[in-house]
Amino acid sequence: MSETNTANIIKTPTLDVENIRQDFPILHQEVNGNPLVYLDNAATSQKPRQVIEALDKYYQEDNANIHRGVHTLSERATIDYEQAREKVRSFINANSEKEIIFVRGATEGINLIAQSYGRNKLKAGDEIIISEMEHHSNIVPWQLLCEQTGAILKIIPINDSGELILEEFDKLLNSKTKIVSVVHISNALGTINPIQTIIDRAHEHNAVVIIDGAQATPHTAVDVQALDCDFYVFSGHKLFAPTGVGVLYGKAHLLEAMPPWQGGGDMIKMVSFEKTLYNDLPYKFEAGTPHIAGVIGLGAAIDYVSATGLEAIAAHEHELLEYATEKILEVKGLRLIGTAQQKTSILSFVIDSIHPHDIGTILDHEGIAIRTGHHCAMPVMTHFNVPATARASFAFYNTFEEVDRLIQALGKAREVFI
Amino acid sequence: MFDLKDLYQEVIIDHNRSPRNFGKLEDATQVAEGYNPLCGDKLNLYLKTEDSVITDVSFDGSGCAISVASASLMTDTLKGKTIEQAEQLFQNFHNLIIEEEEPDLEQMQALGKLAALAGVKEYPARVKCATLCWHTLHSALQGETSPATTE
Repeated sequence: MSETNTANIIKTPTLDVENIRQDFPILHQEVNGNPLVYLDNAATSQKPRQVIEALDKYYQEDNANIHRGVHTLSERATIDYEQAREKVRSFINANSEKEIIFVRGATEGINLIAQSYGRNKLKAGDEIIISEMEHHSNIVPWQLLCEQTGAILKIIPINDSGELILEEFDKLLNSKTKIVSVVHISNALGTINPIQTIIDRAHEHNAVVIIDGAQATPHTAVDVQALDCDFYVFSGHKLFAPTGVGVLYGKAHLLEAMPPWQGGGDMIKMVSFEKTLYNDLPYKFEAGTPHIAGVIGLGAAIDYVSATGLEAIAAHEHELLEYATEKILEVKGLRLIGTAQQKTSILSFVIDSIHPHDIGTILDHEGIAIRTGHHCAMPVMTHFNVPATARASFAFYNTFEEVDRLIQALGKAREVFI
Repeated sequence: MFDLKDLYQEVIIDHNRSPRNFGKLEDATQVAEGYNPLCGDKLNLYLKTEDSVITDVSFDGSGCAISVASASLMTDTLKGKTIEQAEQLFQNFHNLIIEEEEPDLEQMQALGKLAALAGVKEYPARVKCATLCWHTLHSALQGETSPATTE
């Protein structure tokens, strides 16, 4: 086969969006007399039938506690739970299943790292670098750690497009930098950060790097070994899986050296009042009965996303973003907050003389669900000098027609107020 | 189905566009800060009372149309009222937008143009926008030092 022929064959994969929508029962309803347009995917995503059925099957057929029963149901539940761990490992290309810790969500993952790794490693005067665009879940755990250890929090500033200023990051790095924790994709701005560069530069200063991937995993493929990040966290519910389940990935040698965060059942090998022997990875960090159904649901969600193909998903979402950006900028008095060169399908905006909450109510009246508020990223709001924004965030099941509905509804909002 | 116009009545649009009593009151006797952590609405309320009578009142801050209009209408209504009457109005207003039991005729008359906010009742997520200024008033009258919140 000649090179030209190969080039002809490789084309952007396309999605059968109408077929995909059939897998999401919740999308087929009316809200306030209009067909639902769900554009709040950055807050939480909807769940395909395959995920709902996995939960249903678990509770109808396999419900039992894991890792300790000798009976059949417990064995089935354990197998399904551990298979989901393997699916996660493969999904982010971790080296070993030992490196996959199930937690409640990205927030719990970051808190675990701060308290187990950070509290034991950091001392007064050490420095932690985060960025101005972080979600509160990647700010407050570090503030708590700073209070506990005397470490100092440093902030990478953003420019007015909502991009990290890497020159400023370089200036912050020094021998006192112990932790760099940054978001992969901003929930408030949609910015895709150059995390490879950030990881490489932080490693030159021997800092440990944590990536908050809550917004990234539904939109882009992640390879933790290629990135060489030390920790990566994400939530299931943004990835079409249930709420209350998430993943902490950590390099095995780091996790091995960290003390347990929570004590309880399943995280021990042997307990006596004199001495307790902790369990091996990953169980050392999974005290108590976990969200078994949630983990199994996460496995089903990963199967669904993998079968659909992240490349095709990203391509469709990018087209939606480009179309929506062009159309929304035609709305008079509208200003986009977050205009980074590298963006995912999030449109954060404000409209002159209409408060985001009023936009949200009027859109809801039209059956359109968006998020309004500070998006748990108040420093971002401060940077752009707005109290709040309206945010439309797209998933792969959203359509161009839905973008049109959004634009029409914004026109109605203007009619009410202007 | 509820009509949007029930929520965004002309009075509300008007008070949002040109809020009355907006700005700092230099000779205020009581000042309180209100904050809605859910949406980031911020409000400062300035009160001047003499012998338990509210002689002047103003506000500033930022918020949605419901919260700005509510503060504007509230400040308009409060002038000349006694503190006791103000607290009673808060109760009537609360009944208007939250309680199952609707205010009686007498209460409705006392509410006057505040009744324009009745539509908020159908939008539970927005009730806090309408009550923020009243919570702030309450904390100003009680001499609270920490900001009033709707949570």
